[in-house]
Amino acid sequence: MAILTINNLTYQYPSSPQPALKDISLTLESGEFLAVIGANGAGKSSLCYTAAGFIPHFFRGELNGQVLIDGVDSSQSNLNELVLHAGLVFQNPFNQISGSKFTVYEEIAFGLENLGIAREEMKARIDEALALTNIADLGKRSPYALSGGQQQRVALASILVMQPKLLVLDEPTSQLDPIGTQEVFQVIRAMTKRGMTILMAEHKIEQVAEFADRVIALDAGEILLEGTPGEVLTSPLLPERGVGISRYTQVARRAQAMGLWSKQTHLPATLAQAVRGFGGADAAQEVNDAA
Amino acid sequence: MRLETENLGFTYEGGVEALRGIDLVIKAGERAAIVGQNGAGKTTLVKHFNGLLRPTSGTVRVGDVLTSESPVSKLAARVGYVFQNPDEQLFCKTVEEEIIFGPKNLGFTPEKVEALVADALELSDLGTRKDENPYDLSPSWRKMVAMASIIAMDTPIIVLDEPTTGQDALNIARIANIVSTLHARGKTVITITHDIDFCVENFERLIAMAQGRIILDAPMAEGLAERDLLASTYVEQPQLTRLGARLGLARTVGKPDDFLAALQELRQ
Repeated sequence: MAILTINNLTYQYPSSPQPALKDISLTLESGEFLAVIGANGAGKSSLCYTAAGFIPHFFRGELNGQVLIDGVDSSQSNLNELVLHAGLVFQNPFNQISGSKFTVYEEIAFGLENLGIAREEMKARIDEALALTNIADLGKRSPYALSGGQQQRVALASILVMQPKLLVLDEPTSQLDPIGTQEVFQVIRAMTKRGMTILMAEHKIEQVAEFADRVIALDAGEILLEGTPGEVLTSPLLPERGVGISRYTQVARRAQAMGLWSKQTHLPATLAQAVRGFGGADAAQEVNDAA
Repeated sequence: MRLETENLGFTYEGGVEALRGIDLVIKAGERAAIVGQNGAGKTTLVKHFNGLLRPTSGTVRVGDVLTSESPVSKLAARVGYVFQNPDEQLFCKTVEEEIIFGPKNLGFTPEKVEALVADALELSDLGTRKDENPYDLSPSWRKMVAMASIIAMDTPIIVLDEPTTGQDALNIARIANIVSTLHARGKTVITITHDIDFCVENFERLIAMAQGRIILDAPMAEGLAERDLLASTYVEQPQLTRLGARLGLARTVGKPDDFLAALQELRQ
């Protein structure tokens, strides 16, 4: 079942001379994890805002085309209704914190209070979100007295409690250390197993390669590439358009020119693919194991 | 200009002990990267270098002055600090005004201010955006503005707090160029970063922190080899270091050139 359908979307911010998104069409099925990559200004955040209904309801401007969020036409609806279907984790967690709550616990409860959910259910959801994002020990702290990385976890937890069908995340790990980053991706994977659908803008190519089901690369507001992580992340078009690629892809491409990587082997985007392609000891071991 | 901390300790109001017994010397012209898990004390440490924070115990010396005895205005001429979040730093109406503010405040002549601003605009590639309002730019470009406004102050020591966060490949290349240019001019460049691949390609000294202490301080290649120590403070080795280890390369590598050279030796 399609959770997000975008048909021929073109969108222009009120003050901007050109569209931020041009003729975008895409479909996201239930439980799918789509990663969006692209250079700064390629339209990643705009696509996130659109997928969660913040475009056109928070950011005005001119929208052409159709956006269906969990079957609801976003132009015909409003944010109060759309938050029941889609949740957005902002790039800068500071933009998300309500400013009206004194503790992390209250902050995470904030969205639920408006939904009329029973107290027991609220408590269970909040405890789960705190545990999933690994911030159970921060419940009594002020959201403002936290580090950027901790705030980013609070921002994620405050959306997870809402249990949206579509979870939209705009670079949710930018301020996290590598373990924190890995944890967030693990949480996302767990959510997709429960049927949550994910759209995530992200620069961290290694994690995208490992976790995403599908990747689109945006360039100047248009879809440049779409496909599996292996197809998109190793495309020679990415560096040309200012999109970062993994070091594995970089060195394998150079190694290919030096005769150290077989022309028949697809370029790697992950460590495991690179080890196999370079014929490391572990790769030989894996072949033996398979036999 | 030499930077030295002696048995530096710092406790936040409310009792969180963020730094414990930090002994550190960073010599003029070094490129040092500070890594470690969220909450390890990295930002708290560098905020002592320019007097934004004062030691609870121990001392911080910048050149010949103790930070505890110097006004922030004096330290501002010695240590430039680029905030992790540019929004804590920017307040002017245009990019150019923002960049002029620092050097003008340091009392440089109008000619010198003009030259410094032109240089900072060029290094950060902000020339075509100099008349824009910083808040009309994307967060990633606001970060470049924050960096340019500190570069223009021409301080001997520059601290970049998480410079590559949220940046694309082009801006990361610009930041790498800024680091190498400042280094060529003899500046000390210190960064805090979670981006270990950026770190290995642009810095020569690795300092790892955990729970308010320095747990590792070594030349980059040596430091990178300390896999378990780094993992204890949530730092993963660079992609090519991990790949090199899995392939059984003869030495610890971090940069693409070193990786390919070691791979070629292995194959021969």
